[in-house]
Amino acid sequence: MNEKAIEYRHDISIVISGEAGQGIQTLEELTATAAKSKGYHVFTYSEVMSRIRGGNNSTEIRISSKRVDAYVRRIDLFIPLNERATDRFRDRITENTSIIGDRGHVDCSFTESGCSTLYVSRQEIIDEAGNIRYFNSAVFGFLCGLMEINETEAGRILSGRLKSKDESNLKKNAVALAIGYRWRRDPSVGGRIALTLAPSESAKTAPRFYGSEAVGIGALAGGCNFLSSYPMSPSTEVLTFMAAQAARFGVVVEQAEDEICAINMAIGSWYAGGRAMVTTSGGGFALMCEGVSLAGMSETPLVVHVGQRPGPATGLPTRTEQGDLNLVLHAGHGEFPRAIFAPGTREDAVELTCRAFSLADRYQVPVFILTDQFLLDSSALAPDLDTGRLSAESHIISTEMGYARYAFTESGVSPRGIPGHGEGIVCSASDEHDEGGYITEDFGLRVRMMDKRMKKEEHLVRVAEAPRLYGPEEYRVLVVCWGSTVTAIREAREKLKIMDLSVLHFRQVYPLHPETAGILSQADHRILVENNATGQFGRLLTLHTGITFQDTVLKYDGMPFSVEEVADSLSRILNRKHSGGEKK
Amino acid sequence: MKYYDHDHDVDMAWCPGCGNFKLIDAVKKALEELEIAREDLVMVSGIGQAAKTPHYINCSFFDGLHGRSLPAATAIKATNPGLTVVVESGDGCSYGEGGNHFIHAIRRNPDITVIVHDNMVYGLTKGQASPMSRRGFMTPVQVTGVYMEPFNPLAVAISLNAAFVARADCGDEEKTKEIIMAAVRHRGFSLVDVFQPCVSFNKINTYKWYKDNSYYLDETHDPGNRDAAMKKALEAGPFPIGVLYAHDTNKTFEQNLAAYGADSLPLYRRKPDMPELIKLIESKR
Repeated sequence: MNEKAIEYRHDISIVISGEAGQGIQTLEELTATAAKSKGYHVFTYSEVMSRIRGGNNSTEIRISSKRVDAYVRRIDLFIPLNERATDRFRDRITENTSIIGDRGHVDCSFTESGCSTLYVSRQEIIDEAGNIRYFNSAVFGFLCGLMEINETEAGRILSGRLKSKDESNLKKNAVALAIGYRWRRDPSVGGRIALTLAPSESAKTAPRFYGSEAVGIGALAGGCNFLSSYPMSPSTEVLTFMAAQAARFGVVVEQAEDEICAINMAIGSWYAGGRAMVTTSGGGFALMCEGVSLAGMSETPLVVHVGQRPGPATGLPTRTEQGDLNLVLHAGHGEFPRAIFAPGTREDAVELTCRAFSLADRYQVPVFILTDQFLLDSSALAPDLDTGRLSAESHIISTEMGYARYAFTESGVSPRGIPGHGEGIVCSASDEHDEGGYITEDFGLRVRMMDKRMKKEEHLVRVAEAPRLYGPEEYRVLVVCWGSTVTAIREAREKLKIMDLSVLHFRQVYPLHPETAGILSQADHRILVENNATGQFGRLLTLHTGITFQDTVLKYDGMPFSVEEVADSLSRILNRKHSGGEKK
Repeated sequence: MKYYDHDHDVDMAWCPGCGNFKLIDAVKKALEELEIAREDLVMVSGIGQAAKTPHYINCSFFDGLHGRSLPAATAIKATNPGLTVVVESGDGCSYGEGGNHFIHAIRRNPDITVIVHDNMVYGLTKGQASPMSRRGFMTPVQVTGVYMEPFNPLAVAISLNAAFVARADCGDEEKTKEIIMAAVRHRGFSLVDVFQPCVSFNKINTYKWYKDNSYYLDETHDPGNRDAAMKKALEAGPFPIGVLYAHDTNKTFEQNLAAYGADSLPLYRRKPDMPELIKLIESKR
């Protein structure tokens, strides 16, 4: 066994694994809070099974000296919380992994893989703190010790998080915390690991949140004051967040009886002057499609958050995928304009969700925020969040006598009045209608109304978000992605250090920015990376630009891309090309 | 010209003799007598012949999707509680396509009035059974006759403790108007199921049939007595007409919303609270 200390100088990846109900989420929160207070960047991603108790859940916590927001396959430190905790990690535990756990929780076959096993004793916890359930507090103490956080500070963070402030409970947690610090000092355990990251002030002061919170914060910034939804993983956290903020920010939050109700409520609210959003996932959104079409026809603004998970049907309820772009792109019968944002980071989620409200209101169209379980359930610092850029435009007018809701205008956008605000009446219909909103079957009027509605797409194209380029302006290889995959791809690019490779990230997937074709055509070699089985966005790009991709990297096992996976795939593709493989 | 009449010509899509003509007159008179200002009224409907009613009334309306009038109406009321919200749609829209919303809107108890044109048939789709069709009713789809138990909206509403539950017969315009006025005045979810003959596709349940198969509740019926109301709701021949159940005990949906706890302003008059949001973001630092 290697007795030399293992030093982590830039970044450490810690995985804590156990069963549902064992407090993994709490441990994740505590550790992330502690790391940030120390001035470290931190990223967490928890993956859970679709059940309430038992099974095997885990969280990956990356602590780093610089910005970190991607998932890695590598495990530096593995902490099993029960005897089955190692089962699903066999292929990720290598000779570079250190396992810290009770002998009963560490499968002895792992020692053969060459990993370092650092044994602690759960019996110590039972003997001194009185119950095995304080084990997590000891793990937290151990990790704080590793980060050189003093025990008083760790104790403060721990007690701040405990639900029960009962004296004896606090005391027992403190005892367990102290045991964790003891493990840290033990030369045969923590003494063999050194964490020597450079802390930074920027990490200390940056906000840290989950993707779901970022969507909620963005909605509030956009003036969201109505949220109607039906719970569905992974979008429910946005509903929960908004419910918690309802009284503070004056938001009507209602759990609808089904998704059809949810979207029709949201549309009704916008009609009456609210700024409404629904949050759902693919299956729930499928039920909302007729409502999307109603928003298109009645020119009612609408914001829809779709948190993707793998389908078809119920699929893998708690996992991640980018499989619903086509659904969102084509949702609703008939033809009408729409916009789709796909945030890649927490900063994006705040900024784009906020913007969705102004865009929906200005052009009276449905606007979608397309996220996924990976973005929603992962947390990271958002050092680039610029709250000064957040604003909520309102385009409601006070009506006059004789007001016509669908008056023809040059821009195609009719001034939008709401009932009860002004002297006019506001008539809105899902049937084809005249300027006043009354049902018509006049063919000529039908064409003029269609043209008026479709004209709004020109505006949406004009104000579309430009894709973001990471890497040199002059590139030969272009890796194209959208939504949450950008973090792993960005880090893979930094790792690969290929001079003429850039990453192009689309934060808006529809309509496409007018310069898209130009940017894509500059590259000799285009590689598409998507977290789905068919490369939906690639097909959309080809359809709109005529430009194809020489290679695709697709993943659809329910897990997000890891940095290593992207780097390996890109290396393999590029090595093949460089070693004389023919270009298509 | 009456207050709720349009000042332009209206091409009404209803068949000559349709019960909807009588019902729309009763509705317009009720709203006028209640002195509801045009700009404070929103009518909400779904799809079908009955759902076209708002187009023929000079007021704001939201004519949305088939079966989905209640979610939209509930949200409109919650977004601006100062508005008077009246829903009008048919029995297919309200009890068939929108059945789930019917149940849950009652549970939510928004202060809205729901008028259901109950003609026991699907008119606009040309004569199929509705949830209200009686057993044995023959249609081009129900070729051997309807075999399902008819829906009982009044019993369902009373079982869910709806604020106001009534039945009217549009053949009697004056009484229908009075019942609608009472429904709009009543705080909370008010349901008025209105017998309304479809002269084109229902040759069984005619004006005469409705008259012969119903009776008006008299003063011996106490609408505050839920058990008595339920008993009346279960009568299916002859059908009782009038206010079966009315009580004023539950908070409305709007009153339960946290959004109106500290601020009674309608949502359109509110601005996002950026300083508070910055504080929220600060708490994550």
